[in-house]
Amino acid sequence: MSTPALRQRRSGLLSRWPGRNNEGYLAALLLLVVAVMSAAAPAFFSLHTFFSVIRGATVPWIFAMGVLLVLVSGGIDVSFPAIAVFSAYSAVALTTARGVDAGLLGNFALAMAIGCLLGLVNGILIARFRLPTLIVTLGTAGFFRGAMITFVGATYIAQLPRSLAEQSTRSVISVNTEAGTTFLHVLVVPVLILTVLIALGLKHTMFGRAAYAIGGDPEAARRVGIPVQRTQVVLYVLVGALAAFGGMVFMIQGQAADPQMLIGIELDTIAAVVLGGASIFGGRGSVLGTVLGVLLVQVINNSLVLVGVPTAWQRATVGLLLLLGVGAQAWAGRRPRRAAPAAVKAPAVKAAA
Amino acid sequence: MDISPAPRPVLELRDIVKTYGGVHALDTVSFTLLPGEVHCLAGENGSGKSTLIKIISGVETPDSGVIVVGGERHASMTPASAIAAGVQVIYQDFSLFPNLSVAENIAMPRQRAVGGRFYSARAARPIAQGIVDELGLALDLDADVAALSVADKQLTAICRALVSDAQIIIMDEPTTALTGAEVTALFALVRRLQSRGVSLIFVSHKLDEVLRVSQRLTVLRNGTWVATGAAGDYDRDAIAGLMTGKDIDTSRVVSAVPADAAIALEVKGLGRPGAFADVDLVVRCGEIVGLTGLLGSGRGEIAEAIFGVRPATTGTISVGGHPVRIQSIPDAVAAGIGYVPEDRLTQGLFLDDSIADNVVAASVTAFAGRARLLDRARMLAFIQSVASRLRIKAPNLSLAVRSLSGGNAQRVVLAKWLMTNPKVLLLNGPTVGVDVGSKSEILEILRTQASAGMGVVVISDDIPELYSACHRVLIVQGGRIVCELAGDAVRVETIEQRIAA
Repeated sequence: MSTPALRQRRSGLLSRWPGRNNEGYLAALLLLVVAVMSAAAPAFFSLHTFFSVIRGATVPWIFAMGVLLVLVSGGIDVSFPAIAVFSAYSAVALTTARGVDAGLLGNFALAMAIGCLLGLVNGILIARFRLPTLIVTLGTAGFFRGAMITFVGATYIAQLPRSLAEQSTRSVISVNTEAGTTFLHVLVVPVLILTVLIALGLKHTMFGRAAYAIGGDPEAARRVGIPVQRTQVVLYVLVGALAAFGGMVFMIQGQAADPQMLIGIELDTIAAVVLGGASIFGGRGSVLGTVLGVLLVQVINNSLVLVGVPTAWQRATVGLLLLLGVGAQAWAGRRPRRAAPAAVKAPAVKAAA
Repeated sequence: MDISPAPRPVLELRDIVKTYGGVHALDTVSFTLLPGEVHCLAGENGSGKSTLIKIISGVETPDSGVIVVGGERHASMTPASAIAAGVQVIYQDFSLFPNLSVAENIAMPRQRAVGGRFYSARAARPIAQGIVDELGLALDLDADVAALSVADKQLTAICRALVSDAQIIIMDEPTTALTGAEVTALFALVRRLQSRGVSLIFVSHKLDEVLRVSQRLTVLRNGTWVATGAAGDYDRDAIAGLMTGKDIDTSRVVSAVPADAAIALEVKGLGRPGAFADVDLVVRCGEIVGLTGLLGSGRGEIAEAIFGVRPATTGTISVGGHPVRIQSIPDAVAAGIGYVPEDRLTQGLFLDDSIADNVVAASVTAFAGRARLLDRARMLAFIQSVASRLRIKAPNLSLAVRSLSGGNAQRVVLAKWLMTNPKVLLLNGPTVGVDVGSKSEILEILRTQASAGMGVVVISDDIPELYSACHRVLIVQGGRIVCELAGDAVRVETIEQRIAA
């Protein structure tokens, strides 16, 4: 019923182009933006720009990993900036108020524990009571920010504990160029490790596949015995921990703990993840695409600064990018995802035995 | 009725009771499944079939009773324990993951069930390939399930069940969305599964199909057991009688239509590139004409063109002898054409609105009184009379349509169009998902409407239904009407042959 030619698969690297979530197009777009910018402003094409893009991308990158996990499982989370602020600020405020320094690991552990707890609140509300994720996280976001200012504090802490403050200037690579010395910040290292772990976890663990399955069809997942509620709760706890981690990195980069920080970053993050090919309807998305999406948003933001575009227009651009990402998905969804081979159009039984 | 000496059943349900809010969904129902048999579970909507399946698959917990699977007694099952015991359900919607590949859909649930914490796409592929080859199928393992045809989705679900070592496969309405050829292929596969020692429970409305493939049969009615026996001992009418508790007539009943009866609908040379071409069609007042063909043959597109959903680009349409130009749905309604769409849930009803509002939706302007305000009293009286004429069973007409069963919902759609008093009524799959009792009542309504002078066109897959109600049957192939059967030529076998030809 099927000709061998039809069934033959393209082999090699080209066969994967442009990737399950169109990562190839995204990479091409990223290269295009870099090429155009380099042509327009030769100063753009430098190691310094590269390092500063990475530095600027670090925090959205971490958040994007969390958002990816939630989107893949069919939800959406807008509370991660609130969790980030709550966890990181509380960790620092609680220890400094007592005049102790919990150390680098201690501070991170404390923040991430708080993040897990707040993520658990989201997870339980969403999984146990089957509430819509957008509304739940919108609600908890407001609640977390308000509760922190009421119960933890609202003061700007200009002096981070020493263990954190000394990370602010630590670099993993430093290169001397004619323009001066340029640094790659040390916090890039744990972010890369986390990214690899999440990529492996999504692709090669049952937990990761369960997340995709739930994003595809939660009822079907329940019927094949996947523990849907538990998986969802664990996902939101993970997102909480990632958010807390991102909050700490942001604080270290900014060298201060500001209870008003990270407002509006959910737009940049969700835009980046959706541009990266993750479906807002759940079940689709990859770590590679997400990283490319984050870098694209960052490079575009950077370029706009370089060209002298006002901040307001940068916000508008990010909003447009989000619409572009969603639009591309809707457009791709209207076409058949791949040409169905003739063999599956007719009933696929080859021959009666 | 007992088969002796009976082999030990692979599945036995004893005295299962399940109530929802005091209403008995199942009242002391017992059921046995023998090794390697195909057992049909028949019953009307709401007879308790689905509840029984949910109890076997562990989705619902019975109030009392015993479930014995493979010799082990259980008070109730969970989805995981049912799967571990070798029970797999192939749901009507297949319960697949549209975003994952065929290979992963087939292999991942098993890898999970055997306690794996890790997933390997590389290991999944040979597992999936193995079962696909063993069954002699041609599925593209790398395709996303979302891109598959309905028949291939079903095959994927069957492969998934087998890979998970299913001993018992329950198929819920497996043929609803399949064409005749696909059903034949499915049944060939079912026989191959049987020869592997798998036992199957088949849940279906379509009795003819079920009798083709089943060895035994159990009938439920209103949550109680009615009969169990060898499938060969029953014919269509006997089963229908058991299911409804009434005598159901599935024989051919057509009124005489005089050859010179007025023409209700005449279509000449209708065509739309890529869909259909050269369609000529005459429907006389009082006549019921069937339009059938395989899925994708263009039969639905022809009906949609006549109703202006997607208008034809060539040809003429006349209603009651007057040529009409139909470029949109309002044109068709104004010309006196009514249309009951195939997917009544999404196309034909406002699910959250009341029965009364739905019934009046297409004719509301007819009740405008002075100053264009609605004459509520007259409207309600009219709705009442139509609802009782069509025997819509509901405690009151202000309930949401969502709460109705399939048969009743279909009657609401019918009522809506009958309220407009159309000269021509087109119905696409009027009895899909409707139980036998309601089905024969719906056909009776159509007969009544026709004899009152309406021209009726029924587009359907259900050949016995065409046989039972249609004066003439037209067969569509590749967008053209290739064959017309009339009078004594309208026979189930003839129609089947011509469709497949």
